[in-house]
Amino acid sequence: MTTEKNPTPLTAKDLKTDQDVRWCPGCGDYSILKQVQSVMPDIGVEREDMVFISGIGCSSRFPYYMNTYGMHSIHGRATAVASGLKATRPELSVWIITGDGDSLSIGGNHLIHLLRRNFDVNILMFNNQIYGLTKGQYSPTSELGKRTKSTPLGSVDHPFNPLSLTMGADATFVARSLDRDPIHLREILKKANEHKGASMIEIYQNCNVFNDGAFELFSDKRTKLENTIMLEEGQPLIYGEQRDKGIVLDGYKPKMVSLDEVSADDLWIHDSSDRIKADMLVRFFDDPNIEGNFPRPFGIFYQEDRFTYDDALNEQLEAHIEESGSGDLDALLRGNNTWVID
Amino acid sequence: MSNTAQEVEKVTILFAGDSGDGIQLTGSQFSNTAALYGNDLSTFPDFPAEIRAPIGTVAGVSGFQINFGSTDIYTPGDESDVLVVMNAAALKKNLNRLKPRGSVILNVAGFDKRNLSLAGYEAEENPITDGTLDDYNLVQMDVTKLTRDCLKETSLGMKEKDRSKNMFVLGFVYWMYNRKLDVTIDFIQSKFGKRAPEIAEANIAVLKAGYAFGETSETFSNRFEVRPAKMAPGTYRNVMGNQATAIGVIAAGRKAGLEIFYGGYPITPASDILHELSKHKNYGVRTFQAEDEIAGICSAIGASFGGHLGVTASSGPGIALKTEALGLAVMLELPLLVINVQRGGPSTGLPTKTEQADLMQAVYGRNGEAPIPVLAARTPSDCFATVYEATRIAVEHMTPVFFLSDGYLANGAEPWMYPSADDLAEIHPKFAKPVEGKEYLPYERDEKLVREWAIPGIRDLEHRIGGLEKEDGTGNVSYDPDNHQHMTDTRQAKVDKIADYIPEQAIDNGLEKGKVLVLGWGSTFGAIKTAVLELVAEGYEVGHAHLRYLNPFPKNLAEVLGRYDHVLIPEMNNGQLVRIIRDKFLVDAKAFNKVKGIPFTAAEIKNKVAEIYTS
Ligand SMILES: Cc1ncc(C[n+]2csc(CCOP(=O)(O)OP(=O)(O)O)c2C)c(N)n1
Ligand code: SF4
Repeated sequence: MTTEKNPTPLTAKDLKTDQDVRWCPGCGDYSILKQVQSVMPDIGVEREDMVFISGIGCSSRFPYYMNTYGMHSIHGRATAVASGLKATRPELSVWIITGDGDSLSIGGNHLIHLLRRNFDVNILMFNNQIYGLTKGQYSPTSELGKRTKSTPLGSVDHPFNPLSLTMGADATFVARSLDRDPIHLREILKKANEHKGASMIEIYQNCNVFNDGAFELFSDKRTKLENTIMLEEGQPLIYGEQRDKGIVLDGYKPKMVSLDEVSADDLWIHDSSDRIKADMLVRFFDDPNIEGNFPRPFGIFYQEDRFTYDDALNEQLEAHIEESGSGDLDALLRGNNTWVID
Repeated sequence: MSNTAQEVEKVTILFAGDSGDGIQLTGSQFSNTAALYGNDLSTFPDFPAEIRAPIGTVAGVSGFQINFGSTDIYTPGDESDVLVVMNAAALKKNLNRLKPRGSVILNVAGFDKRNLSLAGYEAEENPITDGTLDDYNLVQMDVTKLTRDCLKETSLGMKEKDRSKNMFVLGFVYWMYNRKLDVTIDFIQSKFGKRAPEIAEANIAVLKAGYAFGETSETFSNRFEVRPAKMAPGTYRNVMGNQATAIGVIAAGRKAGLEIFYGGYPITPASDILHELSKHKNYGVRTFQAEDEIAGICSAIGASFGGHLGVTASSGPGIALKTEALGLAVMLELPLLVINVQRGGPSTGLPTKTEQADLMQAVYGRNGEAPIPVLAARTPSDCFATVYEATRIAVEHMTPVFFLSDGYLANGAEPWMYPSADDLAEIHPKFAKPVEGKEYLPYERDEKLVREWAIPGIRDLEHRIGGLEKEDGTGNVSYDPDNHQHMTDTRQAKVDKIADYIPEQAIDNGLEKGKVLVLGWGSTFGAIKTAVLELVAEGYEVGHAHLRYLNPFPKNLAEVLGRYDHVLIPEMNNGQLVRIIRDKFLVDAKAFNKVKGIPFTAAEIKNKVAEIYTS
């Protein structure tokens, strides 16, 4: 649609709306909003070509705070709405904002189908492991035994591993970041935007009202280094306060090792194009409070070039027009067999 | 052997056999031939509920009824003049639909012990010999044997040979009604000619053999002539309801300058709309077979947000799933076409049978105050005009619109004097354009109370919409009580105002005023029309008004209702329109309901009118 470049370059400020942001003070959503607003001016998309589509949940209020095009749709269906938009307007930069309840519970079906079809969109899944908007019920990512209003005796639901699900749905860009690491988050957002195809970013987001500290082990300075691995392309998987630990692959079995025993050259080298390794990496998902757990990876787990649904659909349409000409309405109305009565 | 044909005005033939016997093909070939000959006609395919019901059983019987004539035809016929049955089950199921002294053409090979027992006849019971058919004109032929004999010389296997049985019967019926074989021969050639020339030859040979059998055998001496109908001069084609619906959507898109996005999930009897639209990508039609009905409608909403015409179609259970998204579309005030090809309910109900029991759902079935315009088609070809009009309203009034069809219209066929592209009214979408120095307000309205359509990609029209209540004008989220009242009233007023932009209600048939008005909607049109015209001819003072617009109603409807002593509303439901009419107009409208999965007959309606006539 855009014919000329905006004369004045876009700034983060231009992307703010006049609406009061109404998340609880201290909510992780603020940081995510801020990172998105600061990244968007640099991604080479005009403001009018950006569209933010959300479902329902605290995080889904997001579009109201972005001064672009946006739709706050219905619970779990942002992915489906975005599919129709992207299929018809492939040139737009479409961002889906969703929560863990929104996308994995009520919207699970649409999520997996969007991923397998590989629409060229970016999904920001705000995972706070709780239902925020409905005031604190457990979500499909809440840990087993979670005590909430709806599970006073502890949840007996086995939780989803969102990125494993995403890999299972054949997503072409799979990443994890967190609200409390702005630099990392901005980097991942940019990478997701550059990726052609469906980008899934799971963003750990602190709901300080109903699930405060759910990801503290991964964000607190004191525990972070021992509990996280930052994935970097071509780099060995090293972690630990002293960067003294690493991961090796023993056949198909990942193992945590001490760098005293194993040299860095023998560690698992991160290769985001390796599906099998990515499948293992997303499985580094044990309860971080349990002894001997694997550190939780952050970064881009997997990335693959695969044709997108929006391109395929539109190319097919154009090819058909090329082959049989742009449809003649009179021919359609007439059909194949006619007769005359006079 | 008489070759002079007896002239008849109209004939109803019911072809019936096992679902593997090719009955639908036989029926549609006969229809096409009759149509091209110039007869007026109406058809009614009746599918078994199971795709592969056990062979030879009553559950597996497939039927195709066609009513054709030299006079105007409005229904597929109440009862048939001729019943063609390929096996005992087909007879068992359909004999009650044959007129007294009608003809039965019967494949005796389908009446062996096994077939009789599968059909549920008691041991020793055989309708051919036990007198059951004494009062009918019975024609027996061993279609299976005659077909095999005809194909003796070919290299085809027995199964393949038997598959062309239906062509024998079709050939015979063509002979009976003095029809040429060329339409069907062309069809066979184009279907099999290249791919499987032996099959094509076999089918043609059997078709001709059936015709020749009529000519040479002594079994049947009656031949009939049904002359072309005196239909309005013009060029015609045959069309089925779902096909007309799909064509109507494409035409409306063209005339609105909009590309079409169809999001849907397969369901009987709506799937053919998806199939038909998918064939026409070169008309700028994008079809999306979504993962479920919810994604179907939501993707269509996304497409409408993007400036395409979003369309979704389904049937009862699928429409139920779309309900939440419909509310969203009401709040967004975007154009959206929602097609409901109704079928027997509730729940999965009678998926292959027809009903018109989703009217309440269309008019009222959402959470909150969520008014949506509703239109219903009356005949297969009228699906075109009605869906075109539904689209016009959706686009010009920025609203989701319900288009109601049903299984009976969807699969039924009739001749259609199709319009030319130039004859079709233009449709005018109102796209927003940025105005220098003026802030864009997404919920600012014009005199029709319609907001403008601002699509992503246009600078200075950036805006956010959503399902939360919005402040008038700005569209910002608002929980203000007075604003909610105001917005609720405005959305209702916007839909009510559509009445200013639709035609007034006409009397479709019969007298402009009198004793009884038969008020109908949807596929009951033909039966009501036939009944009312016959009643008028018999001296009754009755009229027939058929509603296309069910929400809002035409402005003069109250006045129309007032011109008759009684209002009778026949519906294939338990009384839905009648409740709405009583509610809106406080008239003592009488309900006449039938919920059997089969359409009304004209006779049923006649009797009912006569009954209340003097009351
Ligand atoms: C059809 C429907 N069912 C239920 C709800 C209530 N509801 C709103 S948000 C929500 C869950 C939100 O959780 P999540 O997606 O994790 O988002 P968060 O609020 O935590 O950001 C629920 C159950 C709804 N709005 N619509
Ligand atoms: S409830 Fe939780 S997620 Fe929602 S705004 Fe408050 S802190 Fe944020």
